[in-house]
Amino acid sequence: MLEVFIFATLNGLVMGLLLFMMASGLTLIFSMMGVLNFAHASFYMLGAYFAYSISLRTGFWMGLLIAPVIVGILGALIERYGLRRVHQSGHVAELVFTFGLAFLIEESVQFFWGRDTKPYRQPEALSDPLFTLFGQDFPEYRAFMIFISIAIFIALYRVLTRSRVGIIIQAAITHPKTVSNLGHNVPLIFMGVFGVGTALAGLAGVIAGPILTTFPGMAVVMGSIVFVIVVIGGLGSLTGAFIASLLIGLLQSYAIASDVGMPDLLNLLGLEFDQGHPLKDLWTLTLPQIAPILPFLLLVLVLIFRPTGLMGKREE
Amino acid sequence: MRKLILFVLSNVLALYSTTGLSQEPVRIVFMDPLSGPFASIGNSGLKQIQFAADYLFNSNGGILGGRMIEIVPLDNKQSPTESQLQFARAVSEGLQIIFQGNSSAVANALSATISRHNRRNPGQKVIQINYSAVDPALTEDQCSFWHFRFDAHANMKLNILTDYIALNDDIKSMYIIGQDYSFGQAVSDTSIRLLKEKRPDIEIVGNEFHPIGQVQDFTPYVTKIVASGADAIITGNFGADMVALARSIIDSGLDIPIYTFYAAYDGITATLGADGKNKIRLIHNETSNPIPTEVRKNFIREYKRRNPNSDVTQPRITNALSMVVAAMEETQSTDPYDIALALEDMRFTTLSGEEIWMRGSDHQIFQSLHVSVHTDEGVEFDADNSGFGLLSEYHVPAEETIVESSCRMRRPRL
Repeated sequence: MLEVFIFATLNGLVMGLLLFMMASGLTLIFSMMGVLNFAHASFYMLGAYFAYSISLRTGFWMGLLIAPVIVGILGALIERYGLRRVHQSGHVAELVFTFGLAFLIEESVQFFWGRDTKPYRQPEALSDPLFTLFGQDFPEYRAFMIFISIAIFIALYRVLTRSRVGIIIQAAITHPKTVSNLGHNVPLIFMGVFGVGTALAGLAGVIAGPILTTFPGMAVVMGSIVFVIVVIGGLGSLTGAFIASLLIGLLQSYAIASDVGMPDLLNLLGLEFDQGHPLKDLWTLTLPQIAPILPFLLLVLVLIFRPTGLMGKREE
Repeated sequence: MRKLILFVLSNVLALYSTTGLSQEPVRIVFMDPLSGPFASIGNSGLKQIQFAADYLFNSNGGILGGRMIEIVPLDNKQSPTESQLQFARAVSEGLQIIFQGNSSAVANALSATISRHNRRNPGQKVIQINYSAVDPALTEDQCSFWHFRFDAHANMKLNILTDYIALNDDIKSMYIIGQDYSFGQAVSDTSIRLLKEKRPDIEIVGNEFHPIGQVQDFTPYVTKIVASGADAIITGNFGADMVALARSIIDSGLDIPIYTFYAAYDGITATLGADGKNKIRLIHNETSNPIPTEVRKNFIREYKRRNPNSDVTQPRITNALSMVVAAMEETQSTDPYDIALALEDMRFTTLSGEEIWMRGSDHQIFQSLHVSVHTDEGVEFDADNSGFGLLSEYHVPAEETIVESSCRMRRPRL
């Protein structure tokens, strides 16, 4: 049981930190524009595909460096020439814009790269196991993912809270008019934040692509879960997003690893149902079976009992 | 862009040049997902049927004394509802032969619709050529006179696969993992039942279901597999769920055989690459390597020449088309009723030189089945241009794949 627990924790950590890399960009963009970016996971997918194409020519590491930059520039351009114009028509227009963008990106990816799964691989240098415990390998690449994600969290946190740029961004989020009057170019700041946010999603795609498979459906699978994290963490809160990401990563991992379910609960209560019972499916449900929908359950609970999210500040 | 315009123009011209001939073409519907998440497999099938029609028949002067075959693609998005709409469209255009393969849910819905339609519209019958949907019910309890299946169904395949597993004395425990829907559950139930009969000493140490297309990372599942101490894995997963599962197993350093149905082609072989070598095994009909005849080798080579980035993944599409054409030639008719009667108990020699049999009582095809391994040795025809492909290592002749059917077919009264 110990081995399952240790690996479940490690897996949960890897997944949680990966989710955070995407959620951080999304939550920053939300606090800035007040609108959820539905296309966020599409930038994650673009990151993976760009990195795949680059890695074919120059290897994984160049992909790691260049792909997020391309995605970031693309994001900044979309903000500058798309979102900013739509912004004048209000939030609903922005929402619909990002919604359409998500479809557009997905179709473009299928158009240029095709519909098959792409053989995007982790680098040779990281393909050995880091350590072997109870007969199961923990790959170096996963450790590398943990390292990158934590580095990003620390860097982001320090920039936002300690640097001058960070202070201006924070001010621009809450008091855009005042910051503008002080002589700062607020639209430029917004464009920058959008660019960095999408670049982070791209980076997440670059490092997730090799282990979560690179295929046209990857954005859809990832998209819904990232929204859940941002809402649970509290819209606009970086710390909240961090906690919620780890929470959901670990929750899913533990749920899958567990072996309990309704039959155990019924045993405990001393109840028994026969095979022909109309609700048989319900009485035989196990926790691993419903693991992937647990985040959504958590979302509903959080919205009922704490609508602002774990660390959300807005009370409107 | 110019390429695209040229492409469209040339297609339109090609269409006109075939319809412009003195004789009406024989129009055959290919109804499968051509957009959406399952589009990859549907488009690959479409390319194969178009190529087969072209290469085998149209370029040799057509069928029925000079008529060309025209494939009409209809996109059902792998949804039963969408299929009903496309079926109505096919009927309104007077199309009577429908090829469909992906998803048993769609095949079941289509079969029911066609039976009803044919009963109510005796003058405008439709025949369903199922080249890939493997739910046993389609040729058992739900069998229909208008439905013909050209692939072995899930129970036939599992019967052979478990025979093969039973031969391996090193396997003492088995882990079963699958997508949480009808096919995944059928694979699980049948494997457990058959293994218990054939190798009572094999312990089932895990029987896991996961939501279809929802799991991002399979590593937590793999942790359980490792902890269970299983010697082998059976899975009915396909598409992204198959790749992600196999990758997680490989990354965890777990070195045990994985028995599958769909772990090859359409990017999967290339993604698994060297890591999956000698670990992944598939049950299927028509070998990928070695190819027994020169005729079929040439067929594949010419297909690769025209579609360098695609493979002949489903030779059964070619078999199905060839048998339907043979039925038309035999009766000199394109009427579904005549075709159906001619198909019943037809024995047909495929490009592989094998005689396959369409059983008349339930419309199920019988042909040899093979278990193949994912490898790069002895692979003349690889998959995804990756150097890796499938090498058959266990062959079962058609006679030994025959199973009883509970089908009690209602035949149309004329």
